[in-house]
Amino acid sequence: MAVDSDRRPWNLRESYLFDRRAIAEIQRAAREGIYDIRGFGAKRRLPHFDDLLFLGASISRYPLEGYRERCATDVVLGTRFAKKPLELKIPVTIAGMSFGALSAPAKEALGRGATEVGTSTTTGDGGMTDEEREHSATLVYQLLPSRYGMNPDDLRRADAIEVVVGQGAKPGGGGMLLGHKISDRVAEMRDLPKGIDQRSASRHPDWTGPDDLEIKIQELREITDWEKPIFVKVGATRTYYDVQLAVKAGADVIVVDGMQGGTAATQDVFIEHVGIPTLPATRIAADALQELGLHRQVQLVVSGGIRSGADVAKALALGADAVSIGTAALVAMGDNSPELDDEYRELGSAAGYYDDYQAGLDPAGISTQDDELAARFDPVLGGRRVANYLRVLTLETQTLARACGKSHVLNLEPEDLVALTVEAAAMAKVPLAGTDWIPGVVR
Amino acid sequence: MCGIVGLFAKSAEVEERLGVHLAAMLGQMNDRGPDSAGVAVYRDPVPSGSSKLTLYSADRREDWRALALDLTSAYGGASEPRVRASHAVLVVETNAVEAEAWVRSNRPHLRVMSAGSMIEIYKETGLPRDFVAEFSLADLRGTHALGHTRMATESRVTTEGSHPFSTGFDLCLVHNGSLSNHNRLRLNLRREGIEFQTENDTEVAAGYLAWRMREGASLEEALNGCLEDLDGFYTFAVGTKDGFAVLRDPIACKPAVLAETDEWVAMGSEWRAISVLPGASEARMWEPQPGVVYVWEKELVA
Amino acid sequence: MTAAVMAPEAAAVEVVDLETTSLRELNQRLHDLSRTPGPRAWRIVNANGAHAVVCGLDAEVEVEIEGHVGYYCAGMNKRAQVRVHGNASTGVAENMMSGLVVVDGNVSQSAGASGHGGMLVVRGDASARCGISMKGVDIVVGGSVGHMSAFMAQTGALVVCGDAGEALGDSIYEARLYVRGRVTSLGADCVEKELREEHVAQLRSLLEAAGVDAEPSDFRRYGSARQLYNFRVDNAGAY
Repeated sequence: MAVDSDRRPWNLRESYLFDRRAIAEIQRAAREGIYDIRGFGAKRRLPHFDDLLFLGASISRYPLEGYRERCATDVVLGTRFAKKPLELKIPVTIAGMSFGALSAPAKEALGRGATEVGTSTTTGDGGMTDEEREHSATLVYQLLPSRYGMNPDDLRRADAIEVVVGQGAKPGGGGMLLGHKISDRVAEMRDLPKGIDQRSASRHPDWTGPDDLEIKIQELREITDWEKPIFVKVGATRTYYDVQLAVKAGADVIVVDGMQGGTAATQDVFIEHVGIPTLPATRIAADALQELGLHRQVQLVVSGGIRSGADVAKALALGADAVSIGTAALVAMGDNSPELDDEYRELGSAAGYYDDYQAGLDPAGISTQDDELAARFDPVLGGRRVANYLRVLTLETQTLARACGKSHVLNLEPEDLVALTVEAAAMAKVPLAGTDWIPGVVR
Repeated sequence: MCGIVGLFAKSAEVEERLGVHLAAMLGQMNDRGPDSAGVAVYRDPVPSGSSKLTLYSADRREDWRALALDLTSAYGGASEPRVRASHAVLVVETNAVEAEAWVRSNRPHLRVMSAGSMIEIYKETGLPRDFVAEFSLADLRGTHALGHTRMATESRVTTEGSHPFSTGFDLCLVHNGSLSNHNRLRLNLRREGIEFQTENDTEVAAGYLAWRMREGASLEEALNGCLEDLDGFYTFAVGTKDGFAVLRDPIACKPAVLAETDEWVAMGSEWRAISVLPGASEARMWEPQPGVVYVWEKELVA
Repeated sequence: MTAAVMAPEAAAVEVVDLETTSLRELNQRLHDLSRTPGPRAWRIVNANGAHAVVCGLDAEVEVEIEGHVGYYCAGMNKRAQVRVHGNASTGVAENMMSGLVVVDGNVSQSAGASGHGGMLVVRGDASARCGISMKGVDIVVGGSVGHMSAFMAQTGALVVCGDAGEALGDSIYEARLYVRGRVTSLGADCVEKELREEHVAQLRSLLEAAGVDAEPSDFRRYGSARQLYNFRVDNAGAY
């Protein structure tokens, strides 16, 4: 009998439904009696920006020369009501990630990198640390259902406020999240007893629904004397309605996080089976704003699976004003680096596969509170890495934009795109390449 | 999501100025519901054997006179249509079942907003304060009324999708909140013969109440049925010939305020809506308990 | 600083009529007091259920409000003493950091939500979710509280002289609950606990600070059973 390189006989057939991974998970559940919790975003393959292509310049369209012919990348977030909107040099921001999920040096590195290239970072569940405020020139402060560490001084020293209704990894989530340990410093910041499993609220404690959100936003504006832009962040589900409701509730900026968006910790079933991908979410959100006549006046930030300048450019072309990165920023700083493979294997994982952020054992010193591990992470070097990566994202975006004849990246439009698959064509509402067919759209 | 208001007059003065008060209350709920507004006013009871229809036409030049003439031919003595903006109220010398059926077959393009002996439902898209002006709401006298301002959640902003929804003769429903099992329920209710015009969750709740009451439940029983059969978040206010009822779901996240003086009983999503009423500062004020049906009726209060 | 002796001396009281002055102007003037000196005593009239009245204060001032207020009155309050002569709607003193907020009438949902410090006194009743997510605030309610009060209450104290509605202290952490009347039902992981010397002392000092006349030994104490702190599969039904 012939065998393969893993010494398995050739005649063996693995089940699609009950493959080794499914078997391992069922047996783990049977042993432990608790759902699987992990970090990272959706790992399954989903229609994404890869399924779209740009139509570069040709005889009918002319490209821009690099360098001298400017392709501008600046974007302003929060022009609708705030006295002091955010002026960013690039259309890429760092998404909300908590101190608690990340180590202090990791947060510092994000601040350093973002500041170096002229963009913003965002606090997460747990509040604002002094380190982050010091190192980040532009800082967005999240208001979450938990309200850990929430206080008016931080509201006032923030540059913008982001009301988090949900995130892509777990829209509607919260509930009883078990196995997510908290360290001493985090426990203190969050007013929780040390060493316990954290439970998260899924709704805000003092408002439910867009009509009451409107009143809450008014309160936040009053407390901060109407200076700061108010963002509203949703995980992508019923995005069309959510965008319209956020606008009616008075948001300056809408942040839509597709289901591929990462998390520090939540149930695997949540990550993989709730929400819609970033691709349709982006188009739906932009169209909803167009319908209200507010596209580019209420800005749209999109996140969930942004990896390269191609993703950035396509998101902008579909109508986003900016994108936000989370997982990619961690990877840039060294998460899942091949150099740490031995240590990942000791944890039962491997470089390129590691997603147990909730365990707090990250050998890269990024998604951990352990002082020893965190000390391995050099925030200055990390900051430089983040800055480099952000620059590459920007250069790549500009390259594509120039090739499409744009002197500003925000002039990219859906008509610059075609799709490779029927799904992507339907979701992005752009034609299948080589045809003028958009599934579901009757011309 | 939305704003709800309700006003029940205990004195002749309040009845006289019902429309004025209702307009002021709705004005306070403008921000909660910028998409559309609507009211159900109970007034001018028709003589026994007659019924009152409130009809809507998308055509601003609808020939209501011709309609009235046709109804007179059919049943004798149809009144002059009283037109307010896109709506008209007609009193017909037959029962509500007949009258409504006649309109549905003979004027299918018209929408029957309400039918009964006292109720008049007016609703339209646009800002509440524009609605108030357009419909000259302040002119209306009546014994009690419900009002609603709408921020559409998951269905389109249309006239039909606005509240109040009529659930039966002299019955109507307004809703603040968001149901979560209305799609399945709509299918089941359709099988029972209830008709729906929109994708709106509130319309399903209205249909549910209509169905339960058609099958013999009292209003209170039907509302208690909501606690079992409807899922989601809601503050409901139901208008009846004799008064109104209020119900909040057991989780009770959506607001509701009740207040009472010697002159009136009022309900609102926020105190702001009630604060505009005369004597509001001295009113007894309380919140309805979750999962409890509250009913006010003329005989009980007078 | 106690609620019982709050009336300021007869110094100049700054009176603001919200029918003629905008809310924005009122709040801005009060916020400016954190930076520049100004009147220490304020009286607000004709609030008429407006929202976010005197939210975000950070100064040692005394504010009296005549009439009912809307949502988030005195939200995120720091240092100030605010008294509402009327009722307050959803989220009164939400996330307060310090200072004192007293409501003479009743309050709606989520009173004192996620409060970090200071004291909230409600002379009448509070509705659902009183003290939800509290993180150190002390809340004293003269009347009763509605369902889901002290939901996920982390730390601080809630004192209820009347009754408590369903699911009191559901998913509670280390906050302390004292209830004199009937508790309709207790939430997940919330149990009755022994009222010992130190609790009686704490309760007495809270009642005094709130200006409430009640006997500590008439109360029962409730708090976390701590069974949900670390997952045990047999507790799965509680989630």
